[in-house]
Amino acid sequence: MDKPLRVLIAKPGLDGHDRGAKVIVRALRDAGFEVIYTGIRQTPEMIAAAAMQEDVDAVGLSLLSGAHLTLFPAICKELKKKGLKDVLVFGGGIIPDEDIPVLKKAGVDGVFGPGTPLQTIVDYLKGKLAVAK
Amino acid sequence: MPSKVNPLDLVKRIRRGDQAAASRALSIVVNDEPASELLAKEFFKSSGSAQKIGVSGPPGVGKSTLTGRLIGHYRSQKLKVGVLMVDPSSSISGGAFLGDRLRIMEHATDRGVFIRSLASRGMIGGLTYAIFGAIHVLETLGCDKILIETVGTGQDEVEIASVADTVLYVTTPSMGDEIQAMKAGAMEIGDIFVVNKADLAGKDKAVADLRAALGLGHSAGQAVKAWEPPIVATSAKSGEGIPELAKELDGHWKHLQKSGEGRVRLKRQHATELQFWIQRRVIKSALDRVTDKILEDMVSRKTDPASIGRKLLK
Repeated sequence: MDKPLRVLIAKPGLDGHDRGAKVIVRALRDAGFEVIYTGIRQTPEMIAAAAMQEDVDAVGLSLLSGAHLTLFPAICKELKKKGLKDVLVFGGGIIPDEDIPVLKKAGVDGVFGPGTPLQTIVDYLKGKLAVAK
Repeated sequence: MPSKVNPLDLVKRIRRGDQAAASRALSIVVNDEPASELLAKEFFKSSGSAQKIGVSGPPGVGKSTLTGRLIGHYRSQKLKVGVLMVDPSSSISGGAFLGDRLRIMEHATDRGVFIRSLASRGMIGGLTYAIFGAIHVLETLGCDKILIETVGTGQDEVEIASVADTVLYVTTPSMGDEIQAMKAGAMEIGDIFVVNKADLAGKDKAVADLRAALGLGHSAGQAVKAWEPPIVATSAKSGEGIPELAKELDGHWKHLQKSGEGRVRLKRQHATELQFWIQRRVIKSALDRVTDKILEDMVSRKTDPASIGRKLLK
């Protein structure tokens, strides 16, 4: 059996609505991933430190408060500072379409809005991470 | 992530306290990647000096929050702390939700703390086969205390007693009466008993019930114990009882060193480590050879578990 892929699901910022993040955690667990969840209200430094210590293949960010343009790039920067250059970063939440190119430029590989089928995210991660190996 | 780094370079970096290197090495060891045996040989040289503290008990009694409190206590003494937290893997998908870490995120950016979540990956008993390998990485990183949190246990998960130097058995005021405490199994392995959630009603009765069960006397033929397991009431939520618990932990560590029991336990740990190593390889290599054809032959009664099992073990 192949070793399970490891994913950190993190909620930066100040909103406490983590139902979406928990749905993703559950879907990835059922798809065979080992999923670590940080809980709500995490700083970029905390998220990057957790990603480093857990040696994850991907970091998924969930944010509903509108601060994604500040926090997502800050997290990408912290990850690079910790030497985690190969970790796949993806995100979701309430993110306007026009912000997506900005986030991609900052290092967020995929952005998934409300209503995205869970299978789409599972397939995306399996596809991307299989290529990375 | 695939490893392209030189294993011996990794060992050097870990000895200097490099957490990223330790994290990478943990993956190599846990996943049994090709470099793992070379690394394991190096890591074993640094092993055996840190106090390994097992935190065991039923799900939901507050093991993770209590672990977080102990981290805080040891950090106030400037000690380096390593933490391994095990949660169950799904027998259906092979995936896992590793949910212990979120209880102790306040230590996330402290460079004197290294926390790693591990999935049980098919092992029964509250731990994972790779647990010793993971411990040795943290020992090489220079941790003074290593906290190992088991899967939430039932009545029969006792593997932690063959892995840790000191076992905390955590319970709460609502976990049952003295009859529960008299049963064989998980309750027998505690070196220190913790009644957590002491802020809830019933703490005094829970402590008294435990004391009554533990104090029923020595069974015939059993030597008088050099260590009587103390009972500590704590509230991981408020921090109450944590200094008392830490004092008992230090006391047990001193007892192990003075009495020679520490050496006995270390030998038991090595025996278990060897057992895991062999099990992992023998079982894996045998199970990898179970084909659908074999199962078909069993369904049609052309073969039986004993005959085919014997063949697969050759």
